[in-house]
Amino acid sequence: MQAKNVFVSFLIGLIFWTLLNNTFDPLILSVGAGLSLLLSLIFCARCDVFSELKLTPVALLYTGIYLVVFLYELIKSNLDVARRVITPSLPINPGIVEVKTRLQSKMGRMILANSITLTPGTLTIDISGDTLYIHWIDVKTEDTQEATEKIVRKFEKYLEKIYG
Amino acid sequence: MNILAIIGAFVTLAGSIFLLLGSVGLLRMPDCYNRIQAGTKASTLGTILSFAGILLIMPGWWGKLLILIISVILTNPVSSHVLARASYHKRVPLTKATLVDKYQEEEEYIAVKDQHKEDQNNDQT
Repeated sequence: MQAKNVFVSFLIGLIFWTLLNNTFDPLILSVGAGLSLLLSLIFCARCDVFSELKLTPVALLYTGIYLVVFLYELIKSNLDVARRVITPSLPINPGIVEVKTRLQSKMGRMILANSITLTPGTLTIDISGDTLYIHWIDVKTEDTQEATEKIVRKFEKYLEKIYG
Repeated sequence: MNILAIIGAFVTLAGSIFLLLGSVGLLRMPDCYNRIQAGTKASTLGTILSFAGILLIMPGWWGKLLILIISVILTNPVSSHVLARASYHKRVPLTKATLVDKYQEEEEYIAVKDQHKEDQNNDQT
């Protein structure tokens, strides 16, 4: 049993409870704390989902930066897809390319794959080891190295700091 | 009617425009994978903007709206990835305009491995 896993899942449970109840009444908070502790002990005593998470100030800072970068990319991606959809000639050159990631942790790879799905014209189809297969709506290069530079790098440099 | 509610109404309107463009994308795109692309992205930002607009109109609901936004961000990419992967393994054809398909070899490898496993199971029973 890892204390960190239980602690992180306890914290998430408590935050959700507080948001849902929208109050800081000590009685309600203590009920929520008891329930979150119980649930994290039952479900997260043997899991290793959060064991790669670093809880250092640097990691938290980069999480904030990452969120900003991610939101910017999300808006850019929407405008891009919207532009393609309303252009009468439908300018798409779709294809499936393969890219490599340097991230080692499972959690980091999962977040990377999900971020890629939500950013301009890319959709993660499968991940096996350090290789990601990505459906690209506008293929600019078929080379693995160049595609990695274009798709993965902008997220990877922040995720590396958070998950190592 | 205060100024915050008016801004909120416009933000919600922007969200619904993105949702509309996403639906137009679903109709216009040539194959399943491109449709998933259009559907995922537009619906994520559209939903987030709609919730943000409601947040400005009803500030008291911020906790629940925040939870809704987080769950949309977390679940939307996962579901579209699973849809795309399942369609590929079901051999839903890519559009003719497709330039390159690097996933083919990996998919064949997985298919052979699965077949091998099935054969082994049949031998045992």
